Amino acid sequence: MSTFIAAARAVGSEIAARHADDVDRHARFPKEALAALRERKLLGILVPASEGGPGAGIADVVSVCHVLGQYCASTAMIYAMHQIQVSCIVRHGGGSSWQRAFMKRLAGEQLLLASATSEAGVGGDVRSSVCAVEEAGGRFALAKQATVISYGADSDGILVTARRTPQSPASDQVIVVVPRKDATLDALQGWDTLGMRGTCSNGYHLDATGEMAQVIAVPYADVSAQTMLPTSHLVWSALWLGIATDAVARARAFVRAETRKRPGATSPGAVRLAEATSLLQLMKSNVVTSLRHYETALGSEDRLSALPFAIAMNNLKTASSQMAVQIVGQALLVCGLAGYRNDSPFSLGRHLRDAHSAALMVNNDRILANTAQLVLALRDDPELLA
Amino acid sequence: MSSVRDRVRALLKTTGWLQTDIETLADDADLYTAGLTSHATVTLMLALEEAFDVEFPDSLLRRRTFSSVAALVEALTGIGVQKEPV
Repeated sequence: MSTFIAAARAVGSEIAARHADDVDRHARFPKEALAALRERKLLGILVPASEGGPGAGIADVVSVCHVLGQYCASTAMIYAMHQIQVSCIVRHGGGSSWQRAFMKRLAGEQLLLASATSEAGVGGDVRSSVCAVEEAGGRFALAKQATVISYGADSDGILVTARRTPQSPASDQVIVVVPRKDATLDALQGWDTLGMRGTCSNGYHLDATGEMAQVIAVPYADVSAQTMLPTSHLVWSALWLGIATDAVARARAFVRAETRKRPGATSPGAVRLAEATSLLQLMKSNVVTSLRHYETALGSEDRLSALPFAIAMNNLKTASSQMAVQIVGQALLVCGLAGYRNDSPFSLGRHLRDAHSAALMVNNDRILANTAQLVLALRDDPELLA
Repeated sequence: MSSVRDRVRALLKTTGWLQTDIETLADDADLYTAGLTSHATVTLMLALEEAFDVEFPDSLLRRRTFSSVAALVEALTGIGVQKEPV
């Protein structure tokens, strides 16, 4: 076990798990867990050694998300969304001295990054922007009606997508790194939801100014295809797997306890537990295989921007999001009323509510519609081990 | 018959793939900057396959292939389309 995973396990089991119900009940930021992640320096792990970080890889981040998801899905989601932003800077900002200096701060100060990609007026399409970077004398100004900025109020910096210039078409986007002190956030909408209540994904009107060097030079289209999209789908799927893993663990504990009470008799839930375990194996295989796919593609810009890769990452997201709900549902059937109760050690209500967010955050139907276009170009894949 | 370049340009003009007039774009201008989306590259590819009676191999199914008129001409001639009318 890597030191990162051991540290995540400690934060998850000792801190995040203890506060998870309270975070959920009050729809509040999981400040204790985030403070613990910061203290154990897990926020800056992707920062390369050249900029003062430990230079962890995507597999480390995916593993940490999986661990945290087993204790508090909101904490895991915040960690996941943060690392998506960090990976964009680490992979695409290296050519800029401003971005490198910011990476040093990510490692040194363990900054927490949020994201402002959603916007009013684009119908949920994050690859289109209304707002634009307005440049004047080497500085920029930016105003965005951000329908969602998860944990924006508790973040130390926000990555904002916008059109490259006020004249650019909606799809010609860039991503801008905005330290929190350079942004003003006016709350538009709160976050009282079915699940994932601790992510505090409020809507804001964002105003920001800064130096042009804060704009990542690589087009957002490339940042999105090569880094943001695959990283998102991997870290999300890993934490959803974490939710499902804990649900199955609770179901197994329940069946064991039942079987102990009546030695010799097989608990009626055992068969369904077997089924849930099989689904969990399938889901885990998909996450691990997709992670290896990404790691293999990482060295090659061509592979990262190839259609089969984009399709594979889309499929990972839509499949994992559905399986998480399915597996938690099976676990609930195993545990019965003990799982349905909110005051039992086998309670699965939070797991189920959190898991239901998976199909909605970047709606599966939108992703499937995108995949439906891409599959038209996909060629046959007749080999088992290519 | 016109050149591959002209036929590619004519195709790009007739559809809503770009948000910028193709006439104002140089052969090496970035089509993504001009509004081409990743979804649209697929339908563009299918239209090109139909127009030139070719099939794009896997190795060409990447963003760069569709990034400019020049890149498209290079890709098409690379898979056997004659550059100039015969």
